[in-house]
Amino acid sequence: MTGVAIAFWVLAAVAVLCSLLVITSRNPVASVLYLVVTFFCLAGLFVTLHSHFLAAIQVIVYAGAIMVLFLFVVMLLNLGTPQWFDVATTPLKAVALVLGIGFVGALAAAGVGDFEPSATGPAAGVHPDVLGSTEAIATALYSAYYLPFLVTALLLLVAMVGAVVLARRER
Amino acid sequence: MTDWTGIGISLLKAFLVFFGVVNVVPILVWAERRGSAFIQHRLGPNRVNIAGITLFGLVQPLADVVKFIWKEDYVPSHANRAFYVLAPVMLLIPAAMTFAVIPFADDLVIAGRTIKMQVADLNVGILYVFALTSLAVYGIVLAGWSSNNKYSLLGAIRSSAQMISYELALGLSVVGILMIYASVQLDDIVRGQGELLFGILPKWGVVTQPVAFFLFLAAIFAESNRLPFDLPEAENELVVGYHTEYSAMKFAIFFMAEYMAMVTGAMLIVTLFFGGWQIPWVESAELKATVGEIPAFLLQLGAFSAKVLFFLWLFIWVRWTLPRFRYDQLMRLGWKAILPLALANLFVTGIVLYFT
Repeated sequence: MTGVAIAFWVLAAVAVLCSLLVITSRNPVASVLYLVVTFFCLAGLFVTLHSHFLAAIQVIVYAGAIMVLFLFVVMLLNLGTPQWFDVATTPLKAVALVLGIGFVGALAAAGVGDFEPSATGPAAGVHPDVLGSTEAIATALYSAYYLPFLVTALLLLVAMVGAVVLARRER
Repeated sequence: MTDWTGIGISLLKAFLVFFGVVNVVPILVWAERRGSAFIQHRLGPNRVNIAGITLFGLVQPLADVVKFIWKEDYVPSHANRAFYVLAPVMLLIPAAMTFAVIPFADDLVIAGRTIKMQVADLNVGILYVFALTSLAVYGIVLAGWSSNNKYSLLGAIRSSAQMISYELALGLSVVGILMIYASVQLDDIVRGQGELLFGILPKWGVVTQPVAFFLFLAAIFAESNRLPFDLPEAENELVVGYHTEYSAMKFAIFFMAEYMAMVTGAMLIVTLFFGGWQIPWVESAELKATVGEIPAFLLQLGAFSAKVLFFLWLFIWVRWTLPRFRYDQLMRLGWKAILPLALANLFVTGIVLYFT
């Protein structure tokens, strides 16, 4: 196994384990922290794909900003260990279980057979340092994807203004 | 073929930089105590000695370390034990990782091998720093929450709000610098600052982006939780905020992380705004041709260290000079003054760059 393959399997295993712990742990703060670890593993996976910029953004935006807000809210509400998760088995749960297993099965059937982690590098002929670099992403964003980039920015601005309007107290 | 010499050099660099920064911490604590004493017209710690040698009080940090190690490491019974133990570690790790991208001298050429004087020359450069500084908040928030103490929790909540608010200002104030030196890699930014502006002024960040420098300075003070922005631990309101319940070595780790954040802050200010290792009016290539490779390296390292030490002293100086902000003043300053100013600065920089 190459170094990249080892890194892939370790990161992927930790990511899957931690995302399972996110939904199974009883303590909401622990869930938040497991999710942070998951995001870290994803960032690590981006690094093995030579997408350094994406990895940095993953940590800055998800681990550094959004999850801090989550933690902030969880702490403010101070949920502790909730009791209301232990509800009796409902038909809905059975349906969710079947659908979930089906979804994982479909993913496994589609991907696992011809999956080779050491082949997940950049395409042939592209220098690996160029592909996911800050310069490459900036060039793509400001040339080929200029309009979508602007529209997304506008959308975020609208969402921000909306949040401010909703949060403003009536005078 | 594996380049074992290269790997060895990288490990050595990582070790030396980490070793250097960790050892600056006790000296800084000493400087803080002696400095505050100097500012307040006191003497400060000067009695601890080994066989009569006090070294201006520099033996005091050794005594402090011994005390921290041997004190009772007490975990309150009402605390959430796992998170309580985890919190100081989560604060220290990002603080100890940030130095990796800071260049501290020009490339060294020895026996045909070019050694970058930087632990890791990452393509994402400054974004790596921002990613790590944004993680520091977890340690503080967890410490406050797991202590299960209202003062600690209030400190933690204040700190998360403060750090999120000032992270924006921190990021935006740097974008102007990135535009002027056309790179996010700190090495390129330092190289860009080696030129002269109009033939007389060094093209340092503080000359090309004076507004950004002051905004960045304010934001970095807030990010490292130093006065006048130390609301998370405001002692006359919150005992000491998020680390109220901590004792012994765990408390010492919080202390270390704060001082390491200070060192990072000073290094960033120097790298982005004061030319990093550049000696003003002396070109690196010329210097190397005149005095030789190794002396030039030492001179540049010395220039970098001197600049960093000045800003570390500035941190201490400000702490013992200015009073603390009120919480609403802090938020208003961050969102209504620093953020719009940073955006305006960015806009003006863009226009100027477009027409030149």
